[in-house]
Amino acid sequence: MNRLLKSRELWLALAILAVIVLVTLRFPRFSQPGNLLTIFNDTSILMMLALGQMAVILTRSIDLSMASNLALTGMLVAMTNAAFPFIPIPLLIAGCVVVGAALGAFNGILVWKLDIPPIVVTLGTLTIFRGLVFVVSGGAWVNAAQMSTDFIQLQRGSFLGLPILSWFAIVVAALVYVLMTRTPWGRAFYAIGVNPTASVYTGINVGRTKFLAFVLSGAISGLCGYLWISRYVIASVEVAGGYELTIVAACVIGGVSIAGGIGTVGGALLGALFLGVVNNALPVIGVSPFWQMAISGAAILLAVVLNARGERSKGRIILKKAEVAA
Amino acid sequence: MTDATANGRRLPNRLDNPFKSAVLSWESLLVLVALGIFIANSFASPYFLNAWSLSDLTFNFTEKGLIALAMALVIISGEIDLSVASIIALASTLMGLALQYGADTPTLVAVGVGVGILCGAFNGFLVTGLKLPSIVVTIGTMSLFRGIAFIILGDQSFKGYPASFSWFGQGYVFWVISFEVVLFLVAAVIFYVLLHRTNFGRRVFAIGNNATAARFSGVRVDRIKFVLFCLTGLMSGIAAILLTARLGSTRPSIAEGFELDVVTMVVLGGVSILGGAGSIIGVVLAALIIGLVTFGLGLLNVPGIVMTIFTGTLLIVVIALPILFRMIRERRA
Repeated sequence: MNRLLKSRELWLALAILAVIVLVTLRFPRFSQPGNLLTIFNDTSILMMLALGQMAVILTRSIDLSMASNLALTGMLVAMTNAAFPFIPIPLLIAGCVVVGAALGAFNGILVWKLDIPPIVVTLGTLTIFRGLVFVVSGGAWVNAAQMSTDFIQLQRGSFLGLPILSWFAIVVAALVYVLMTRTPWGRAFYAIGVNPTASVYTGINVGRTKFLAFVLSGAISGLCGYLWISRYVIASVEVAGGYELTIVAACVIGGVSIAGGIGTVGGALLGALFLGVVNNALPVIGVSPFWQMAISGAAILLAVVLNARGERSKGRIILKKAEVAA
Repeated sequence: MTDATANGRRLPNRLDNPFKSAVLSWESLLVLVALGIFIANSFASPYFLNAWSLSDLTFNFTEKGLIALAMALVIISGEIDLSVASIIALASTLMGLALQYGADTPTLVAVGVGVGILCGAFNGFLVTGLKLPSIVVTIGTMSLFRGIAFIILGDQSFKGYPASFSWFGQGYVFWVISFEVVLFLVAAVIFYVLLHRTNFGRRVFAIGNNATAARFSGVRVDRIKFVLFCLTGLMSGIAAILLTARLGSTRPSIAEGFELDVVTMVVLGGVSILGGAGSIIGVVLAALIIGLVTFGLGLLNVPGIVMTIFTGTLLIVVIALPILFRMIRERRA
């Protein structure tokens, strides 16, 4: 119970609930299940990206290239679909994951084999991937008319009352949760974040683990490339421009420590949801969308101030959990 | 650079590392790269070797370069400031707002500089006062500062700056020598002296190499870091004045993406992103290189977005090459 009260996820969930309640007091329709599901669906892509970013941040790295990766894979899949509409969509999605993972692997190789700081590598690939979108597309757009119906409609289908896009987020979250808590690979992410030197002595290959984290964030970016393009039905050079920092912001709000080793799947999801709820609430309560940026900035600062308290103890709790499990 | 080996792991010996010689070789590499690009540009475009072309070239990097000088110190001290472009946006917006209330040129300049320093002080307080990681703080203030500019301006813009103000961004001191380039060179000299010739500079290096050891040696770590964030804010404020004067208008999206260009300049200039090493000469050369690349490609009608591939690749290659060479040398040995 005590641990539950101290849990950052709980407080974040309460904060989200508070926002929803406050808005509902003025506009009862805001908290109708349909609208809440819409917010969840709207935030699905950010939630998945935040999970990929979390894996990277856990290993004391950062992936600033996710949004550019998303734009590049998105453009490639849109052009492929426009040129060869007969290719089945599941195959295209698999292709996106592979291309995204390959781009992530490029980051990972530079971090692993050349030991270049991740922020430098991904700062470089951020601009390179974005530039490549222009090179492959020649600056042209792929619009709705050029995409096949299946390509656009797949994620809009519904299963058990939820849109397929939401199911993508749920499945990815479940997979990442299992990975993080039930596999040596996931535990290695935490281990090298908490103490890289100790990890080396326990037989963890630090470089390779970081590489795998980048492959994971790349694969998720690739998947989201397809989902983003088919959701907004336009592929252009500007897709998700500047989104890389929103992804980091979702992680920070969700209590993922930028110093590595601390963060949970639930936290990252709630961090993304918080941004999603706030962004959806603003137009409802009649606040100009121009306030959005300042509010998310203030939210990041508030979150990091609150997270700074007890970050140390949180790290130890994770280790204790692992000890109990072992 | 000599490395000690312990338990089979390479440990860089910081004390034995005469960073001066390491930096010198890095700088000579940068000079070679700059010369190479300069010569390539001269061959590639007949319009390149011309006093006015070369003068135009400087506008490509002076504003970012000014911030890069201060950013170098912040990064050497082991911190980072990603909010610089947003400080430009906020300072420019508040200058525009002051203009609406009839501010004259000296007041506009004071507003720009003042807003810059205040924003920097805010970052510095969060990082040193509340002990928060600078990368997260400045990602937050990056949204916050530009967000305030968006709240004030929305989709509008401020125009109608007086001619005496525009001179800062468009004026020439002598023939083709613009005010911006003179200011950049003067600032470069000041920052060179500050970093390499004063106690303050030595302390910045000490903090970057080992903040704990620096604290035990009597260095006021937090105060110096606070001053560095104020300095970055100040330089961003000055850059805001130049950029606003040059463009003649303010939109909230002004200088978007500058922060990553500035960090690229600093890292390309040989400043270690991990802190503790770097030189102002390297940063100045890197600013020149990025200016040369973007201007040269511009003359060849290469779109801006494709140029980013070159700068991104340049960043990774220039960092990776020395590491690759070292690895090959070690394998032979």
